[in-house]
Amino acid sequence: MQRHKAKAGILSAIFMGLGQIYNRQFIKGLMFIAVEAVALIYFISNLGRAFWGMTTLGESPSRLEKVKGIAKMVPGDHSIVILIESLITLLFFVLFLIVWYMNIRDAYKIGAERENGRPSHTFKQSVRYILDYKFAQSFLLLPGMGILFFTIMPIIFMIMLAFTNYAAPNHIPPAKLVDWVGFETFRNLLVLKTWSHTFYGVLTWTIIWAVLSTITTYFGGMLVALLINQKGIRFKGMWRMLLIIPYAIPQMISLLLMRNLFNGQFGPINQYLGFFGLDGLPWLTDPFWAKVTVIVVNMWVGIPVSMLLIMGVLTTIPRDMYEAAEVDGATNYQKFRIVTLPMILFSTAPTLIMQFAGNINNFNAIFLLTGGNPVNGNYQYAGSTDLLVTWLYKLTLDQNKNNMASAIGIILFIIVAGFSLYNYRRTKSFQEEDMIQ
Amino acid sequence: MIIGRKAVNFIRLGLSYIVLVALAIAAIYPALWILLASFRPGKSLYSKTLIPEQFTLAHYKELFTSPVYMFGTWYANTLKIAVFSMLIGVVLTLLTSYALSRFRFKSRKTTMSTLLILGMFPGFMSMIAIYLLLKEFNLLDTHLALIIVYAAGAPLGGTLIAKGFLDTIPRSLDEAARIDGASNFGIFTRIILPLSRPMITYIALTLFVGPWVDFIFAKLILRTKENWTVAVGMWDMVNTMQNSNFTLFAAGAVLISVPIMILFGFLQRLLVDGLTAGASKG
Repeated sequence: MQRHKAKAGILSAIFMGLGQIYNRQFIKGLMFIAVEAVALIYFISNLGRAFWGMTTLGESPSRLEKVKGIAKMVPGDHSIVILIESLITLLFFVLFLIVWYMNIRDAYKIGAERENGRPSHTFKQSVRYILDYKFAQSFLLLPGMGILFFTIMPIIFMIMLAFTNYAAPNHIPPAKLVDWVGFETFRNLLVLKTWSHTFYGVLTWTIIWAVLSTITTYFGGMLVALLINQKGIRFKGMWRMLLIIPYAIPQMISLLLMRNLFNGQFGPINQYLGFFGLDGLPWLTDPFWAKVTVIVVNMWVGIPVSMLLIMGVLTTIPRDMYEAAEVDGATNYQKFRIVTLPMILFSTAPTLIMQFAGNINNFNAIFLLTGGNPVNGNYQYAGSTDLLVTWLYKLTLDQNKNNMASAIGIILFIIVAGFSLYNYRRTKSFQEEDMIQ
Repeated sequence: MIIGRKAVNFIRLGLSYIVLVALAIAAIYPALWILLASFRPGKSLYSKTLIPEQFTLAHYKELFTSPVYMFGTWYANTLKIAVFSMLIGVVLTLLTSYALSRFRFKSRKTTMSTLLILGMFPGFMSMIAIYLLLKEFNLLDTHLALIIVYAAGAPLGGTLIAKGFLDTIPRSLDEAARIDGASNFGIFTRIILPLSRPMITYIALTLFVGPWVDFIFAKLILRTKENWTVAVGMWDMVNTMQNSNFTLFAAGAVLISVPIMILFGFLQRLLVDGLTAGASKG
C-alpha cells in the first residue's frame, strides 16, 4: 500500500505542480509550476509594500526641500494610489491562495485514486472531465474575473474610503496624506448637526420620491393598459405604438428635453398656460413645484414600461375566469376587482418591488431634470430635490468629500440591497425554479 | 333597457377614446416639439408657434462641420464602443445565465444573490476606483477602457432576467440532444442560442443604448475632444451654453434618438417578448 495522496499533497503544498508531476500528470504539473513562478516574481516585489501601504496609507507627504539652495518639490506618497495598488495586490494574493489550495486538493485526490489502483488521467482526459462536469464553473470564470475587478474591487475600495479622512480641504493627496479614522465619518453623518440635518432631510425625500414615483408609474401603466385592452376599442396596436414612444427615446435626451419644456421663462408649457390667461408656474425653481415636476416627468418616462408589462400579463389571464364571473352576474367593476387586479398584482409584484428599489437610486431622473436644485440653504451641498444618490455625486465629484460620500453610499446600499435580496429570495424563479419542466 | 345599455357602452368608449387621444398627445408632443425645434432658424428656446414658419437644416450642418462640434467623429466613436461592448457583454451575460440556469453546483444560489446585490451598488461609488485602476494600466482616454468596463458590467444587469428566460426553455430539449451525443457546448450553441432570440435582442439593445447615453463615466475617462462620445458632447453642449443655443441642442438630440428609436421600432415585437418573459418569472 503506497501513501500516494499524502505525498502528492505535501509536494504540491511545497511548490505548486510538484504533486501533479509525482502523479505523472506532466502537462498539468508544468502549468501549475509556471503559475507559481509568475506569482513568486510578482509577490516578492509587491506583497510587502502592499501590507505596508494598507496599514499606513503612506508616510511622507510631498514637500519642498532645499536642494543646493533651490527649493524643489519632492513627490511624496499618494495615499489613494497606494491604497488601490495594495488592494489589487492583495486581491491577486487571495486568488493565488485559492489556486494553491485547489492544486493541493487536486494532487491529494488523484493520489487517492492511484492508491485505489486507478491510473491518473491523461491531459486529454482531464480536459474532457472539466468540459463535462465542471462546465458551469469554467463558464463562469471569465465573467467572474470581470466582476471581481470592475465591481467587487471598487466596492471594497469605497467601503475602505468611508473609514478614512479622505476629504477636502485638509486631506487631499498628493499634497497631504490620508489616514484611517475608524467610524468617525459615520458618527459625523448621523449625529453631527450640520450633516445629520441634511442626511435625514434628503433621506425622507428619497423615500417619498421612491414611493410616489413607483405607485404613479405602476398604476398609471395599469390604467393605460386596461384602457387599451377594453372590449370595443379599435386600433389597439396603433395606440400601443404611440404610447410606447417615450420608452424608445433615450432617457438622457428626454429628460434634458423636459428641462427645456418646463423652463419657467421661455418654456412652451408656461407659454401655453399664458394663452389661457394663467400665470406660468415656477416648475423647476420652486422647491414644491420642482418636486411635483420630477414626479410628473417620471410618469411620462416610466408609464410605457409598466404598460407593456401589464399588457403582457393581461394576455395570460384565462378567458374562462371572466366567463365564470359573468355567469355569477359580476359587473365590469367586480370583474376587475376579483379577477384582473389580483392576477396582475400577483405576477408583477417582484417587478414592482424592483422598480421601487431602482427608484431609490434613480439618478438620471433627478440629476438631468433639476440637478437637485433649487438650492436649499439649510443643507450641506444638497438641494431640495436631491436624492441620496445625487447628493453623493455632488459630494464626490464637486466637493471632494469622498469619505462622507462613501459612508452615505454604504448606508444606501444596505437599504436597497437588503430590500431587493429579501424580495428576490421569495420569488418563484429563486425558490421553485425546477417546477417548470 | 337594451338601448340604455348601448348608450352606456357608447359613452364609455367615447370617454376612453378621449383619454387615449389626450395620452397619445402627451406622449408624442415632446418628441414632436424637439424635432420641429431642430429645423427652426435662430437659436432661442422660445417660439411663437409649434410649427416653425421656415424650415432650415443649418443646425445639422453646423453640428457636422463646425470645428467646435465634431459630431461625425463622436458618432463614429460611440458606434464603435456600442457595438463592441454589446458583443462582448452579450456573450458574458449568456455565459453566466446559461451556467446558472442549466447546471446545479455548489454555491449557485449564493452566486445569484451576489449578482443581485452587486447590481444594487450605486455606480458612482465605484467610479473613482475604476478610474484609478484604468490609470494603473494606462488605459485612460481610450475607447478600450470604456468597452471593457461596459462589457464587464453587463452580467450584473442582465443575468437574472436572462436566466429567468432560459428557465422557460424546456429542459427536455437539452436531454434529447444529450442522448443524441451533443456536448454541453453543442447544446448551448445549437439549442439555447436559437431559442433565446427575444432575450438576446433585449439584452443586446440595452447594452447598445448604454454608451449613447452614458455621459458621467465616459466624461471621466475620455479627456480629449476627439475621443468623446455623443453623450459627452451633448452634455458638454448643454452645460456650456445653458439655453443660449437651444435649436442646436435639439438637432443633436434628434441625431442621438433617431437610430435608437428605429432599432426599437424594428425590434419591438422581440423586445416585448423578452421583457415580459424574463419579468413574469420574477
